[in-house]
Amino acid sequence: MKKYIFSVLSGTALLLVLLAPNPQPATAGFMDNLKKAGKDLKRDLKKESGKLKKNTKTGVKIGKKGIAKVKGTFADFTPEQEYYIGRAVGASVLEHNRPYPNKIATNYINVLGATLAQASDLPETFGGYHFMILDSDVINAYAAPGGLIFVTRGLLKCCRTEDAVAAVLAHEIGHVQHKHGLQSIKKSRITSSLTLLAAIGAAAVAGEQLGELTSHFGGSISDITDTINKGYSRSFEREADRTAVTILERTGYDPTALIDMLRVMEKNMTPGGFGFAKNHPSPASRIADVQKILPAEQLSDTAARQSRFEKALGKI
Amino acid sequence: MNKPCVFLFAAALTLFFCISAFAVSRKLMSVQVRNGHVRSEPSFFGKVTAQLAYGDRVAIMTEKGSWIKVKPPEKQDGWMHLSALTRKKIVFKASDADVAKTASGEEVALAGKGFNEAVEKKYRSENKKLHYDEIDKMEKITVSQKRIRSFIARGNLTMKGGAR
Repeated sequence: MKKYIFSVLSGTALLLVLLAPNPQPATAGFMDNLKKAGKDLKRDLKKESGKLKKNTKTGVKIGKKGIAKVKGTFADFTPEQEYYIGRAVGASVLEHNRPYPNKIATNYINVLGATLAQASDLPETFGGYHFMILDSDVINAYAAPGGLIFVTRGLLKCCRTEDAVAAVLAHEIGHVQHKHGLQSIKKSRITSSLTLLAAIGAAAVAGEQLGELTSHFGGSISDITDTINKGYSRSFEREADRTAVTILERTGYDPTALIDMLRVMEKNMTPGGFGFAKNHPSPASRIADVQKILPAEQLSDTAARQSRFEKALGKI
Repeated sequence: MNKPCVFLFAAALTLFFCISAFAVSRKLMSVQVRNGHVRSEPSFFGKVTAQLAYGDRVAIMTEKGSWIKVKPPEKQDGWMHLSALTRKKIVFKASDADVAKTASGEEVALAGKGFNEAVEKKYRSENKKLHYDEIDKMEKITVSQKRIRSFIARGNLTMKGGAR
């Protein structure tokens, strides 16, 4: 009887092992960064709170000076939080810029932008991608976390074709995909926010704690807007340009349109002026970087694209 | 303890670990976007067969590039893009234990915690010059898949790899 039970149990165990699906699917690559961030956070927490007592209710360790610091990175923001950050950054961009009130042009860049976003590696965000033209002659563009993208009339004037507009929008989608905005938030600010949230526990955030959290939120928005006004690093710009080339290739646009747009921009830009002239690497240096990664020119019939481009943005 | 008993104990232990491993390896993911769409094929051009809400859990069936075939509870299976999903369990009514798990980097995400609607509301009340009204209008502009498909066709474009 015992032998029989043993055989049944062993057989079942073997069957379960064989039936268990592959525990490491291909999705793992995408999640590596998040997992790493989680591990780093766990390690930091352990290091910081080695000699601290554990609060039995929250499980979070508390020392003489209060709760242990919970370190984190931009990867700890959920897409939901990224969405609220992006909305605030967008609202801040609109503090100094007004939307261009042209429905045809706005619809056009939204359809074009949505098409490009779907070809990116981050096609879905919490609130989706949305595009706005700013009524300004300054050559500029902003990408707020979560997918709110703003381009000025001045920048669109540098585009002679739909492919060039696509290059501009694809570059901004690149900033969203690589979370360049979130990466501008100071680490100390992320640590303070996470530590506060750990201290609050399951309770609803209210009163002083809501005030403190809102202060961290405001600080984070300032970190991002300061960076996008000063300009991202050349490495971030290069990364966004590389992503733009990939997106253009995937959608059948001509990636050399990015170079064409940069050449027009170089002519139109006032050296030392506002916008791209102030906050981006020079068009010449970007052209040099992009030329290194350009694939062969994609030849396709552009007549239909040119016609709708002129109709929507011809008089911008 | 006699020999058969030791074997029986070892086998039971093995069975326990195997069942645990099986439960863990039965992969589940959560919808991390506001509107999750399940499609009939691994492409944004696939027909939407089910709509899922933020935090809904789905079982992973198979994968193709960045597309995951999922089975939502009580709904037809279909494909979702990886960017709409997270391995983390999204908790809406978090307990203290959930908060502790999040703080230690475990596979839990807290919905509505951190920078949320309440924080935005307070921030807006303190920064009245910000144009949230224009952001709300901006977000209302949505583009249908039908429109994108037509835009691609009329523009003589080709979605190589179909949104991968």
